[in-house]
Amino acid sequence: MIPAFLRDVRVLRVIGQVVFLALVAAGLGWLYHNLESNLQAIGLKIGFGFLNNTAGFPISEGIKYTSTDTNGYAFLVGVVNTLRVVLVGIVFATLVGTVIGISRLSGNWLIRKLAGFYVETIRNIPLLVQLFFWYFAVFLSAFPLVKNSIALPGFIYINKRGLDLPWLLPTASFQRWGWFLIVGLIVASASYLFRRMQLKRVGRPGFPLGWALASFIAIATLGWFLSSAAPLRWDIPLLGRYNFSGGIEFSASFFALFVGLVTYTGAFIAEIVRAGIQSVDKGQTEAAKAAGFSSGMILRLVILPQALRVIIPPLTSQYLNLTKNSSLAILIGYYDLVNIGETIFNQTGRVVEVLLMIMGSYLIMSLLTSLFMNYYNRRISLVEH
Amino acid sequence: MSRSATTIEIDRPPVIRSGPLRWLKENLFSTWYNTLLTVGSLAIALLLAVLFGHWALTEAHWAVIPANLKLLFVGTYPLDQLWRIWATLYMVALFLGFSGGLHRGLILQIALMVAAATVLLALLPFAWATRLWILATALSTLVGFGLGRLTRQSRTSRWLEISLWLLSFPLTLVLLKGGLFLPVVGEAHNVGGWNKWGFMLNLLGAVVGITLSLPIGILLALGRRSSLPAVRLVSTLYIELIRGVPLITLLFMASNMLPLLVPTTFRPDIVIRAMMTITAFSAAYMAENVRGGLQAIPQGQFEAAYAVGLGRMLTTLLIVLPQALRAVIPAIVGQLISLFKDTTLFGFIAILELLGMVDSVLGNLQWRGTIFELYIFIGFIFWIFCYSLSYISRRIEKNLGVGER
Repeated sequence: MIPAFLRDVRVLRVIGQVVFLALVAAGLGWLYHNLESNLQAIGLKIGFGFLNNTAGFPISEGIKYTSTDTNGYAFLVGVVNTLRVVLVGIVFATLVGTVIGISRLSGNWLIRKLAGFYVETIRNIPLLVQLFFWYFAVFLSAFPLVKNSIALPGFIYINKRGLDLPWLLPTASFQRWGWFLIVGLIVASASYLFRRMQLKRVGRPGFPLGWALASFIAIATLGWFLSSAAPLRWDIPLLGRYNFSGGIEFSASFFALFVGLVTYTGAFIAEIVRAGIQSVDKGQTEAAKAAGFSSGMILRLVILPQALRVIIPPLTSQYLNLTKNSSLAILIGYYDLVNIGETIFNQTGRVVEVLLMIMGSYLIMSLLTSLFMNYYNRRISLVEH
Repeated sequence: MSRSATTIEIDRPPVIRSGPLRWLKENLFSTWYNTLLTVGSLAIALLLAVLFGHWALTEAHWAVIPANLKLLFVGTYPLDQLWRIWATLYMVALFLGFSGGLHRGLILQIALMVAAATVLLALLPFAWATRLWILATALSTLVGFGLGRLTRQSRTSRWLEISLWLLSFPLTLVLLKGGLFLPVVGEAHNVGGWNKWGFMLNLLGAVVGITLSLPIGILLALGRRSSLPAVRLVSTLYIELIRGVPLITLLFMASNMLPLLVPTTFRPDIVIRAMMTITAFSAAYMAENVRGGLQAIPQGQFEAAYAVGLGRMLTTLLIVLPQALRAVIPAIVGQLISLFKDTTLFGFIAILELLGMVDSVLGNLQWRGTIFELYIFIGFIFWIFCYSLSYISRRIEKNLGVGER
């Protein structure tokens, strides 16, 4: 006969969970034990001390770095490079996705079909195939050597090594102009808040952001003309003997990764935008028209607020996908955090630590993106009165 | 009351003009900016089409594709053993036809699609022997269909169907890789391991990943909805951890860290490790899909099941899961598509799948400079598979009436 307490569901639940946890812990413990003994066999001990050692390998991309810097700093360079392509990628993918998504609903038959063709083509081809296409086929095999660079209007040069663009450089008077910018920012925020409150009081829609922008631009322009010399100047790329000097250079791998991520994610975002707009009932538009709203107002005040509620959650996961997909960088030689992590691993043999750092970085990025997007989603979500 | 004799004018119904000109005006030239858009995009699209067409018809060396077809699709698989791959295809086609014969409906349409595709494929300029090999696939679908139609009344055929599909996995493995009665490919033929099998590895990776991850995913999904906090915690941790990191870090782990996590006597080869990784990866996403299906089951279903005296376990097995899984089939097909695309990452751990074969082809001096042709062809192959799968997924969605109930 089983004792009574063993037939009690509450007791069984506790016992079951304890057994389950014990099994999981035993499994993990077994793995850890193997890890330790295997590491001991090759004379390694888990620890992050190697991060302070000299890296000793070159990185040709990103923030200032020399091969005498530490491993930890080298990894940071990788993190910054990843963030760079991810942030720029997210902005452009959202733009492309919105334009294509709206085009798919256009009244223009040709535009609709072309957008559909784009989405169906891009979504069904693996991202890596597209990245290889851009990098190995377009950049490395189709584009010319540096000395024969394709020159585009506006001092833009394209060659095997990447893309050279003019860039703005601060001059001696930049610092004084900086003060104007700060004042402009403060005035802009103040006018934004003031206008928003005013609009709220009279209960009318308007463009408080437009006010802020206008006041900022006004003060910045004023400061520009009050400066003794122009605070910024164009730095134009010049072809030297082997290379371009001046301007800003985007490496071929950065640009291929950027183009690939933007076109690929843009196709997915387009579908999300389309579904979001389609989710708003047609009656809403008609009602707004009947109430005398202009078409711009209808889009801004009626359709978008309702569509965004549908768009934001899947859009968040697309942003996360883009972040994770940026790890394909390693396969086309961009110095992202996985690439530099792997180099550090090859130099030191510290696989566990490097893997923890790489995975941890992605988890933190995912977490931050989710937090921000959830915050934004809460702000725009439906408030039932 | 006298009625005044005013005549009431009734508007004639508007004449709706139709015709190509009318259509053009409405769809392309309705306003001035629409006209501008039409002309502009047409010009760009035509320019691109002409440029591409000119390149494709005059400059491209498409000969690289037929010359390397075997390398791209099956890699270093020994030529005298190719019949084993055909046999695998026939087996799958046979089972597909059999299922189509039993159930009709969508599965029959899929079987017919496959058969039609093979017939179309045979129309391409292949050697006659190859054409026969290809056409035999369609034939075996038809044979399967006939068998299914003939035996559809008997109860045992349903069981036969399920066991056949279950059996198809070990059979595929034995046919392709060897074992039991067949020699092991690679060892016997001195062509290296199975990590250079080209497109076959993409197909194997996706199918193995999706199938093995289904049971694990179901368990994880149930675990995440469990009333036991410990089970919930562990399942949630696993799912969120895997979903939070890119596949490439897991592949990195499989190639560099896995050997350290197991005793030195246990050394699975790189392909097995890749399959394990893609399964573990896919399981987390599968769990979320299944969870979506579970959440769609109305509370009344649980209550009704409890009311007729089913326990928790039986309710889950007999009432909830079958309905939940039916509802998530489109999502699972969607996951199969992304998994299939993800198999291109195998190149990261020195597995030569379809994309990795490009370097092998370009290594041959004869085919130097055909990089565009190769990538376009590879993109096209992936596109065909992914597009047909997403078409199937949409059809299933329609058949299930998701969103219409």
